[in-house]
Amino acid sequence: MNAFSREVPLAWYLLLSAALFTLGIAGFLFKRNLITVFMSIELMLNGVNLSFVTFAQQWHAVKGQIFVFFVMVVAAAEAAVGLAIIIAVFRARATLAVDRIDLMKL
Amino acid sequence: MNVNLHLWLIPLLPFAGFLLNGLLGRRLPKWAVTTVALLAPLAAFCVVLNAALGLAGGNPSTASLPYIETCPMGWINVGTLHVDFSFVLDQLSLVMLLVVTGVGFLIHVYSVGYMHDEKGYARYFSYLNLFLFFMTVLVLAGNALVMFVGWEGVGLASYLLIGFWFQKTSAADAGKKAFIVNRIGDFGFLIGMFLLLANFGTLAFSQIAAKLAANPGWQGGVLTVIALCLLLGAAGKSAQLPLYIWLPDAMEGPTPVSALIHAATMVTAGVYMIARTHVLFDHSPFALSVVAIVGAATALFAATIALVQNDIKRVLAYSTISQLGYMFLGCGVAAYSAAIFHLMTHAFFKALLFLAAGTVIHGMGGEQDLRKMGGLWKKLPATFAVTTVGVLAIAGFPPFAGFFSKDAILYAAFMQGGVGRVLWFVGLVTALLTSFYMFRLWYMAFLGEPRSEPNPHHGTPWSMLVPLEILALLSVGGGWIGIERFGAFLAPATGPRAVEAGGGNLELGLSFAAVGVAIMGWLIAALIYQQKPERATELAGALPTGYKLLANKYYVDEIYNSFIVKPLLGISRYLLGGIDLLLSGIAWLIAGIALFAGMILQRWQSGNLRSYAAWLAAGAAAVLLFMLLPWPWTSAWPTSVEFILKTVRH
Repeated sequence: MNAFSREVPLAWYLLLSAALFTLGIAGFLFKRNLITVFMSIELMLNGVNLSFVTFAQQWHAVKGQIFVFFVMVVAAAEAAVGLAIIIAVFRARATLAVDRIDLMKL
Repeated sequence: MNVNLHLWLIPLLPFAGFLLNGLLGRRLPKWAVTTVALLAPLAAFCVVLNAALGLAGGNPSTASLPYIETCPMGWINVGTLHVDFSFVLDQLSLVMLLVVTGVGFLIHVYSVGYMHDEKGYARYFSYLNLFLFFMTVLVLAGNALVMFVGWEGVGLASYLLIGFWFQKTSAADAGKKAFIVNRIGDFGFLIGMFLLLANFGTLAFSQIAAKLAANPGWQGGVLTVIALCLLLGAAGKSAQLPLYIWLPDAMEGPTPVSALIHAATMVTAGVYMIARTHVLFDHSPFALSVVAIVGAATALFAATIALVQNDIKRVLAYSTISQLGYMFLGCGVAAYSAAIFHLMTHAFFKALLFLAAGTVIHGMGGEQDLRKMGGLWKKLPATFAVTTVGVLAIAGFPPFAGFFSKDAILYAAFMQGGVGRVLWFVGLVTALLTSFYMFRLWYMAFLGEPRSEPNPHHGTPWSMLVPLEILALLSVGGGWIGIERFGAFLAPATGPRAVEAGGGNLELGLSFAAVGVAIMGWLIAALIYQQKPERATELAGALPTGYKLLANKYYVDEIYNSFIVKPLLGISRYLLGGIDLLLSGIAWLIAGIALFAGMILQRWQSGNLRSYAAWLAAGAAAVLLFMLLPWPWTSAWPTSVEFILKTVRH
């Protein structure tokens, strides 16, 4: 038992992480606006990040921290590309409703 | 003497020529194509010559031959099978290399004039260089597998060049026929190689010879089987009975190709192979006598067909088969050096005759029918002169080259006694026929009255004349070295001459007999074709059955067609219609299931992003459930779950 876990138990962090991830999934599934969907994805990523740093702290292992950096870098790149795609979609179709973007349908 | 002879250059130079002309030839100007095409064989010839002169510097019999060059990376190392990519230069391969690259170069030069107006000029020369590459690999091979690589390669080059004018159905068919008939021979070669591996554990010629030398009592048995398999391969490549049928059809190719591949070099590969593996044959008297009988039978058989052919190239083609029969006969009586001697002189005079025939065809504007020629000595005096030399050489008149080599083979056959006497007599009759049909060709093409107008626009360029003249000189003087010295030179590679001296008188008597039949053949030809050309038709009318049999080449093609080709075709059709249908039916059934499943599953592909996401989440949830829940078949919970539950309870 280390000092950290005496103040806030590990499970709380994990529960918060799961809650963030579930909120992200819910937003992704139920929201119509493309930007909101996009933000939901970021929320999921952050939920995962939280569990990474939690375990890194628990095990005194630096790998989890490094993973978070990678996730953040990829998320930043993804945000840039994703926003560009959103702008392109809006220019082409004048809407951001996810249900109406179905050109990939067979 | 430890010099590096750079043997690898010999095949690689023509290969470079093939690549250059084959890949870039269409974009290069003609003079560049010609330069590349001629430099490649010339350079290879110079490397060979350099090696030969280097050896001649010392005493050739004591020089450090065989000289072996092995690819340092190794080649095939699988389990217990170890085959190196090795080249070997000994007296045998040296003679063969000189012939292949020397005559090959002359024919390249000739081709420059002959193929001048051809559209596929660069393609032609790239194939010709490719042929030289494979042929030198075949000759230099230090083991049976490397030889097989060259063996198949020359078959490919032969196929490509026979079908050079592939727009012509007959040429394309002739190429296929050559290739397929050769496959039968290759089958024998392959089985022979497998048996060699099984019984000797090696394919290297030197190791096989060493193992046999260590067991002098090992005779017959499996050695006979191996030798007969190799003989089948040799009979395919060298157009012997019963696989000779492809060679006459191969005349569809351009005439220089017939000279190079189907007279001087490639078709002699079978003889070379037997000489190369002669230790096996030496340990199997039965296989050796089969070789002799096949050779003698082929010599006589092909010579009779040649008597009545009217196409100038076909006469020469059957004559080639017949002369190859002589070489097999020589191998069969263990006179390998005599066979190689005849191989060399034959390369000179048969290349000469083919090239001269090419000049005649060129001068006649593509006409190949002897009946439409005549009186050409006035139009083509130089060609007439060199053809006369070639005819005298092949008919066996002293002092021309053919006399010495043919005499050596017949003498060796006679000295073997027993069946050898019969074979000698067959050879003598063949010599009579040879002399007759060659003088028949000579009279019909060059003497008498012209039977049609030659094409006046076709002169003979110097590039065609010079090779003819050089070959004519070689056809005169090529035999002067004599079998004694030639045999002594080859002895380290082919074993000493088995023939004991039979006394000067006998040898002289046999020579007189050979010259006698040659003169007889000339006289008969003169009697028929010089004095009264209509006598030939009278003679044909007097013996209608015999004439028809010969003119139709004993109906061998027809017999093969109805007894082998048609049944095979029938079986193939049956397989296509029956078994093939079943197999493809099964394949289609499987494809149909996949298609049906796809039709159902494609509904999933709604195009709705959120439905994809939902399925993704559902899938992830399913995987988690599968891993986390205590299913009855999991004895213990995964450790991660245990850990989580422990910390939560804590």
